[in-house]
Amino acid sequence: MQNMGDAFGLALQLVFSGDADLLEVVMLSLQVSLTATTVASLIGLPIGALVAIGRFPGRNGVLIVMNALMGLPPVVVGLLVYLHLSRSGPLGFLGLLYTPTAMIIAQTILITPIVAALSRQVLEDLHAEYAEQFRSLCLTKLQIVQALLWDARYSLLTVGLAGFGRAVAEVGAVIIVGGNIDHLTRVMTTAIALETSKGDLALALALGIILLVIALGVNAAVQSVRMTAAKQAYV
Amino acid sequence: MQMKTLGAATIATLLAGAASAQDQSIIVQSTTSTANSGLYDYLLPMFEEETGIQVNVVAVGTGQAIQNAENCDGDVLLVHAKPAEEAFVEAGYGTSRTDLMYNDFVIVGPEDDPAGVDSMEDVQAALSRIAEDGALFASRGDDSGTHKKELALWSVAGVDPTEASGDWYRETGSGMGATLNAGIGMGAYVMTDRATWISFDNKQDYEIQVQGDEDMFNQYGVIPVSPERCPSVNADAAQTFADWLVSDAGQEAIGGYVVADEQLFFPNAPSN
Amino acid sequence: MSDALIGLAPAAARRAQSAAILPLAVRDLVLRFREATVLDRISFDLGGTGCTMVMGPNGSGKSLLLKLLHGLMQPSEGQIDWTGHSATDVTARQALVFQKPVLLRRSVAANIDFVLKARGKDPGRCDALLDHVGLGHKALQPARLLSGGEAQRLALARALATDPEVLFLDEPTASLDPASVLAIESIVGDARDRGVRIIFVTHDMGQARRMANDVLFLQRGRIAEHTRAADFFPEPRSQAARDYLNGRIVV
Repeated sequence: MQNMGDAFGLALQLVFSGDADLLEVVMLSLQVSLTATTVASLIGLPIGALVAIGRFPGRNGVLIVMNALMGLPPVVVGLLVYLHLSRSGPLGFLGLLYTPTAMIIAQTILITPIVAALSRQVLEDLHAEYAEQFRSLCLTKLQIVQALLWDARYSLLTVGLAGFGRAVAEVGAVIIVGGNIDHLTRVMTTAIALETSKGDLALALALGIILLVIALGVNAAVQSVRMTAAKQAYV
Repeated sequence: MQMKTLGAATIATLLAGAASAQDQSIIVQSTTSTANSGLYDYLLPMFEEETGIQVNVVAVGTGQAIQNAENCDGDVLLVHAKPAEEAFVEAGYGTSRTDLMYNDFVIVGPEDDPAGVDSMEDVQAALSRIAEDGALFASRGDDSGTHKKELALWSVAGVDPTEASGDWYRETGSGMGATLNAGIGMGAYVMTDRATWISFDNKQDYEIQVQGDEDMFNQYGVIPVSPERCPSVNADAAQTFADWLVSDAGQEAIGGYVVADEQLFFPNAPSN
Repeated sequence: MSDALIGLAPAAARRAQSAAILPLAVRDLVLRFREATVLDRISFDLGGTGCTMVMGPNGSGKSLLLKLLHGLMQPSEGQIDWTGHSATDVTARQALVFQKPVLLRRSVAANIDFVLKARGKDPGRCDALLDHVGLGHKALQPARLLSGGEAQRLALARALATDPEVLFLDEPTASLDPASVLAIESIVGDARDRGVRIIFVTHDMGQARRMANDVLFLQRGRIAEHTRAADFFPEPRSQAARDYLNGRIVV
């Protein structure tokens, strides 16, 4: 338990000393996970919307698969991406292994199902409210999808947040495809894993606390946007 | 003073130019033991300043490091499992293997020493006693260099610990640091390389109990990955790095790495 | 403000170009949910102009009839003939204002803008439409914070934005204060005067008297009577309508 006290002290010290290495790791974590969240949203939201408004054979099967994929183990995703991006793999010629891009790819695969499945639920609920009015207005499928995505935008922010939370917290995928290379692919979680393996539990915990604070900050920012929107009844 | 700085800069530039290595980078597939000890943090800035080649280290178990290198996902292999390394070169994945440095393995255990192995020098006898006693022993169990070495030592001691797997023999399937954390958490003996142990911060009441046996010698080798097998490798830069490590400058640097007043690695590259 | 901007004159003009959808002929319309028959052999004719009030007790099938006529639901049996067109073919040439307006989570103006753009109308009409329903000063406010009456006026403006030839209203003033009711009636009456065919469900007798050209009275899924307003209000033909007007329960 002494570690806890040490960790808090160390965390404060790291933050207020403006440690350049720490800043680099934090920025890379944010860059990788925010990019992955953006890409996953671009892919996952349209999928969620189409499944939300679509009535097609096999829809239940799609729902089950989407929900199951939310539980993708990061290590498995990391391994699959590694096997594809490895020099001896089918996409090896791209030279992406051990780069931030590889980490973005892995995290995108990891959280796209989360974005798709959760947004499907949000959009289906909204569509239940709008469907009859939309049919009366004779809107096309595309117009319906666009309108739902726009009107659910603040709820979908929370969906994105769930994806971001999973991405920024996972270590299994990025450590395999990124390699935890210092000054190149080291992010908060792989740094925490490294310090743990070095037995420097206080530093590991300090980094963990900083990661938590960052996640808290992102959540607070989104929450304040949502609250502003709620005041205008846009949620 | 000014001239000196200028001269150093010129030499550095020339060196960099000679290796045509400006803005180059290589990936070294290496072991957690070397990375966790902080050796690379100490060595690499020297090498990078001298050559301009950026070295990126991927630290995994020796087994995975070799596998990654066989997939052409690295330019240099720096591990500690001589037979596996020789097989790697034999199979054409590496150009050549050179002894680089050594340290030794030690067995660490809790202060109360349940199997009574403290201060033993005969690792064979110590392992036999642990097995007889059924005292907890945490193994890497990850096909790493350390794991291979540990299995070889058990074999010499005439014990098959895997029969007791899950009983007193606990295979963590993790890196050195994680295995130490786990072993210390459960009060088990752990075999570790000395470098990792010295720089390990979570020792609690653990101390080195078995050391000094010649069988616990831990040899590291360096192998550039073959450009014939893997056309994507940066062969020139990889060779430059391997050459530097075994050069007088590199060997001196390795010998100069000290943590807590202890030298962690002992350079032993064959002098040319 | 010009009629073109509000968008009602073009509706009349378009009617001349494309094949007319009025008059309407409904024959033997039946709607069943599983075992229950909720609309039973409904037949009636509606002419090309004016305002038809659809009345009847709760559960008599008024809202379902509107949805069938608008093409939002399929009948179990029978025909809906919009002068040679089926109901689902003419949905886009009609508009429906629901009892509870479904407004988008956007500003007042954006609600109109969305429909104008989605339906390929002139986006420049937005301001005129809002002024027409008295919401010009609230254009930038969040639509879902409007009062009940304002929200329903916005829903009405949105319906008018689609240049409907037929406007269905499903108890649009059910929970509004008297001033809001009159404001809605004035907008609907204006649309009727410009040639939009109005089909209006209500429970409000005063409203029915003010707006109706004819009354379609439903009871238990059947048509009790279809009568000109001048004849209906002094003395309904059917017992059901007489009981209803006297406030007696006729479920």
